[in-house]
Amino acid sequence: MALSQNEIQRIAHLARIEIDEAMLPQLQQQLDSIFGMIDVLSKVNTDGVSPMAHTQPLVLPLRDDKVTEPDRRDHYQQGAPAVQDGLYLVPKVIE
Amino acid sequence: MSRPDIAYATASELAAGLAARQFSALELTDELLARIAALQPVFNAFVSVDPDGARVAAKAADAARAKGEAGPLTGIPIAHKDLYMTEGLRTTCSSKMLEHFVAPFDGHVVTLLKQAGTVLLGKTAMDEFAMGSSNETSFFGPVRNPWQRDSVPGGSSGGAAVAVAAGLAPAATGSDTGGSIRQPSSFCGVTGIKPTYGICSRHGMAAFASSLDQAGPMARSAEDCALMLTAMAGYDARDATSLPRPKEDYCRELVKPSTAKPLDGIRIGLPEVFFADGVGAPVVAAVEAALTELRKLGAVTVSVTLPNISYSVPVYHVLGPAEASSNLSCFDGVRYGHRAAHYTDLLDMYRKTRAEGFGDEVKRRILIGTYVLSHGYYDAYYLKAQKVRRLIADDYQAAFTQCDVILGPTVPTTAPLLGAQMQDPIKMYLNDIFTIGANLAGIPAMSVPCGFTSNNSPGGLPIGMQLQGAYFSEAQLLNIAHRFQQVTDWHRRVPNIQALGTK
Repeated sequence: MALSQNEIQRIAHLARIEIDEAMLPQLQQQLDSIFGMIDVLSKVNTDGVSPMAHTQPLVLPLRDDKVTEPDRRDHYQQGAPAVQDGLYLVPKVIE
Repeated sequence: MSRPDIAYATASELAAGLAARQFSALELTDELLARIAALQPVFNAFVSVDPDGARVAAKAADAARAKGEAGPLTGIPIAHKDLYMTEGLRTTCSSKMLEHFVAPFDGHVVTLLKQAGTVLLGKTAMDEFAMGSSNETSFFGPVRNPWQRDSVPGGSSGGAAVAVAAGLAPAATGSDTGGSIRQPSSFCGVTGIKPTYGICSRHGMAAFASSLDQAGPMARSAEDCALMLTAMAGYDARDATSLPRPKEDYCRELVKPSTAKPLDGIRIGLPEVFFADGVGAPVVAAVEAALTELRKLGAVTVSVTLPNISYSVPVYHVLGPAEASSNLSCFDGVRYGHRAAHYTDLLDMYRKTRAEGFGDEVKRRILIGTYVLSHGYYDAYYLKAQKVRRLIADDYQAAFTQCDVILGPTVPTTAPLLGAQMQDPIKMYLNDIFTIGANLAGIPAMSVPCGFTSNNSPGGLPIGMQLQGAYFSEAQLLNIAHRFQQVTDWHRRVPNIQALGTK
């Protein structure tokens, strides 16, 4: 399977990663070789095989509906790029 | 009792020295901090070193010992892979994205090892976000193999392997998503174990592929790995995949008295594929010599098959990136980490932040993951890979009806030269063929030093053999490795660092 450069840009948009146009040919070549390796899976017979998401039979753990964590907002926001009045700042979304 | 060589003693030997008051935890810590300072420019094994924090912890360990409150790891210096959250000490994942990130809490494994009295020396280098098998994708530059400085240490826990191999820390934590504990252990001549998935809490470990990631120790002996794992493992409600099992003592088999045939009746399964063409001749020779030793100890070998193991690399490169693309979406320049300096709007801020903050390997995997999860491709790639994953896991279950453990080389080769694989990611990926299966199946697996390419070091590179076991068989794997290490000395060889031009 070959990914077109347009498709790569579409995925990059979904992944929110800016891709430099100049890097596209090399990236295309690398992704092609990786998907070439992956495509061997299409030949494996998996009829009747159920997909395996986890290795152990997991049961979603439940807990009592109680407050267990203290308010550590200030502490947690110390590493944020931009905060004001306890809120994370982002570029204006609505004009 | 003679004073152990602090640089290369095992944690158990250092613990005995501490107990006998041959040296204090502070003296031990200071000596290792001095070695780290001297050798950091040579090997680049650490991202951050914490001399002040280490000395405070060492003094506390000495005080605890004086009060008679010392455990087996009290005062033992260790290093954490730089994806374990450590409150107050930066956690970078070897990424520009987190270059200045200081976690506001300790991860569960970090807390447990702290409670066990260990002394944290610093954080070790890794492939960026654990994506890589050579430690060359680190934002902070490559790490060098102490056995041959122009070779890679392996990855992604490459800094941890070098810290243990070069005499900078007796033990270190790693993490293993597709071989990231076992492969660098093999390349650097150290012992490392990836336990059963769910044994160690993933709380406070930066996530790469959540259904595969597992914490584990790397050290100079199986005995030390058992000590470390006993401290690291345990149920934690903060990780929804943590297994609610009683606490285990992974040393319990090791402490039993040795007999002439301590492995009597153990059936070692040998999959033909682990010894096929493409596996280096010195690697096969070393593993076969190890099998001879294991037979002398009473083990028997049987032939087993893992018919679908060759699909493990492609399955991993669908599932790993898929989970990574989801996990790494949290790095958007809003709550923590890097934010681009210049952008036009919110979308542009995300795109530029992630373009600047992630390296090429991480970007490639996010793109692949995004693609295989995207509309129209989910069934063909993601669901298909999950089905083949089950076939691989079923192969292991079938094999373990015929044998107790599976043995083979950890990696088909020894450590490649720096730069040899960076232009051809596929080549690097395929080298993980023997390790990935254990992650996909969730079974425990370890790497144990079993030889060198040349017995005249320098010039020789370490070779590791891999032991894989059924779910929750860690104590047995560690015991087999321990009995092997009692009759061999591969794990005690040390690199000739003087010959490399340092003091």
